[in-house]
Amino acid sequence: MSDNKIEIKNLYKIFGPDDKNMVKLVADGLGKQELLDQHQHVLGLRDVNIGISASSINVIMGLSGSGKSTLIRHINRLIEPTVGEIIVDGENVLEMDQDKIRDFRRFGASMVFQNFGLMPHRTVLENAMYGLNIQGVVSSEGEKRAQHWLDRVGLSGFEDRFPAQLSGGMQQRVGLARALATDADILLMDEAFSALDPLIRADMQAILLDLQDELHKTIVFITHDLDEALRIGDDIAILRDGELIQKGTPQKIVLKPANDYVADFTKDVNRARVLTLDTLSHEAGSKKGLPLESNLPIEEAMQKMVESKFNLVTVMKNNKAVGQVSLDDMVAAIAKPKPTNSGSTTTYR
Amino acid sequence: MSFFDKFPAMERTDLRDLKKGIDSSFKEFSRSWGEGIEAFFDPLFYFLVNFEKLLLATPWPIIIAIVAALSYLGSRSWKLSAGAAVSFLVIGYLGMWNNTMSTVALISVATFICIALGIPIGIAMSKSDRLQAIITPILDIMQTIPIFVYLLPVVMLLGIGKVPGLIAVCVYAMPPIVRLTNLGLRLVDKEILEAADAFGSNYRQRLFRVQLPLALPNIFAGVNQTIMMALAMVVIASMIGVKGLGVPVLQSIQNQYLALGLMNGLAIVALAIIFDRVSQQYGKRLQRHREGGSDV
Repeated sequence: MSDNKIEIKNLYKIFGPDDKNMVKLVADGLGKQELLDQHQHVLGLRDVNIGISASSINVIMGLSGSGKSTLIRHINRLIEPTVGEIIVDGENVLEMDQDKIRDFRRFGASMVFQNFGLMPHRTVLENAMYGLNIQGVVSSEGEKRAQHWLDRVGLSGFEDRFPAQLSGGMQQRVGLARALATDADILLMDEAFSALDPLIRADMQAILLDLQDELHKTIVFITHDLDEALRIGDDIAILRDGELIQKGTPQKIVLKPANDYVADFTKDVNRARVLTLDTLSHEAGSKKGLPLESNLPIEEAMQKMVESKFNLVTVMKNNKAVGQVSLDDMVAAIAKPKPTNSGSTTTYR
Repeated sequence: MSFFDKFPAMERTDLRDLKKGIDSSFKEFSRSWGEGIEAFFDPLFYFLVNFEKLLLATPWPIIIAIVAALSYLGSRSWKLSAGAAVSFLVIGYLGMWNNTMSTVALISVATFICIALGIPIGIAMSKSDRLQAIITPILDIMQTIPIFVYLLPVVMLLGIGKVPGLIAVCVYAMPPIVRLTNLGLRLVDKEILEAADAFGSNYRQRLFRVQLPLALPNIFAGVNQTIMMALAMVVIASMIGVKGLGVPVLQSIQNQYLALGLMNGLAIVALAIIFDRVSQQYGKRLQRHREGGSDV
């Protein structure tokens, strides 16, 4: 766990005047509804522990009210926690004083918002420059850097427009350029693409993945959309009612849902696109199959098998055979999972 | 049953003593502090007097050129600018030039004072709900209390003249700018403020780069209202010795000079319309960015 960029430990957030005293009740198992009914406090987060690894896209997923937006705002402390620790590069964000937290927000972590959070009175270029203005970068230098990122997100030529003159997708590109321009290691994205229509959303996901290939930022990405989570996430954490339910790679979430709640979530997913050959690979027999790379999604593998009339794949990693997968294995994996309850006692309410 | 027939009022002698007590203690206060307070307002007095002198000493074509230029800068409309220039020409031709200059000086200085005090108060109010709860009723009082009631103590303290007139105008005209500054700042989109915070803005950066620019349309509506209310006070200010267009209006009321009253009254209206249109157009231009998609 030592290569985690951000370490969230025992984080509780309870909304209400007497939140500190409510922690113990919640820790002892008082539920969200009971807390509201009996004590008029709202449970935001309950004992959340997440390690967020550096240089990868960490998706935090949940439905509305699950506490995901609350959680991401703790990382740069836009919301004060009730108790808990958030360690970034060995330093506890929650113990920083005002000046330090401001510096952390200026240089350490930038943010992209669901409704863009652009400043309507500033032009696109001025918006992209905002973080740099705040850092104190001289304006000629800031303009150059902001322009660079606007070019990267495909907004060349729109510098002098106002946000209200752009479409939603373009506005969020400005938001992305603004966040990238500060050169912060951490990028916090709060439902950044949720307000966009599906085609534009797919575009933005592609832009983000492209940029990430080169930038290797530590991205915390909040979403309620499982397809989005599976597409861009290196790692997915699922929140429900303020509690972390499962955390793992997309394959693991789909193949081994921790409980019925997650299983229910994942049941409509296109499993053939999420699962890769190595997740199904088992020891190779003597028969020779079609050699394919281990990180290939099953969907594409099946297509190749049909084209070449094979019904067995030899899974290759670094030009060495590491296992095999038969067509039957693939069909079985794609078929709807049988209800499992493995590894968890939580029941789906 | 006499309890129900007659209101249980204070004894008449007690009431008289109470009023006397208040009166005499205020007189005492004004006797011992009056000069000090007057000295405090001296800079204001010199500022106002000298500004008026400057306006009166400047040749009239230059004043008209300045009026036309400012109107154009504010509104970007030749029509409005020409209208302002013609109004001033007519006012001058009808012999009201000097009074108009005095009134313009008073209104300008009063508006300047109201902005200089009102905007900071509005900012402070927007930051604290408690302060808002304290200041709002004070503003209500300033706007609704009969003007003569606070004119009296001001006159007792400072005597008759320009400064008490200016204070009276400011008391009446300041509430809108305070209220609308407060309102404008409170209406700024929370998500935009959160974005400003998320990028590490400190208080000043947040206020000057985000909040005030976004609240500007409302603040400007407040400035506009303040100017209008200051103009509305011109006649009443003339009752305590402020020179300007109010003086002839007052004379006309006392002596039934219909034409005199009408002309000076219309001059005040003309000033009001020019100030209003120019400042409104300027306020509109500040909101250009709100028009979406017009040139895409």
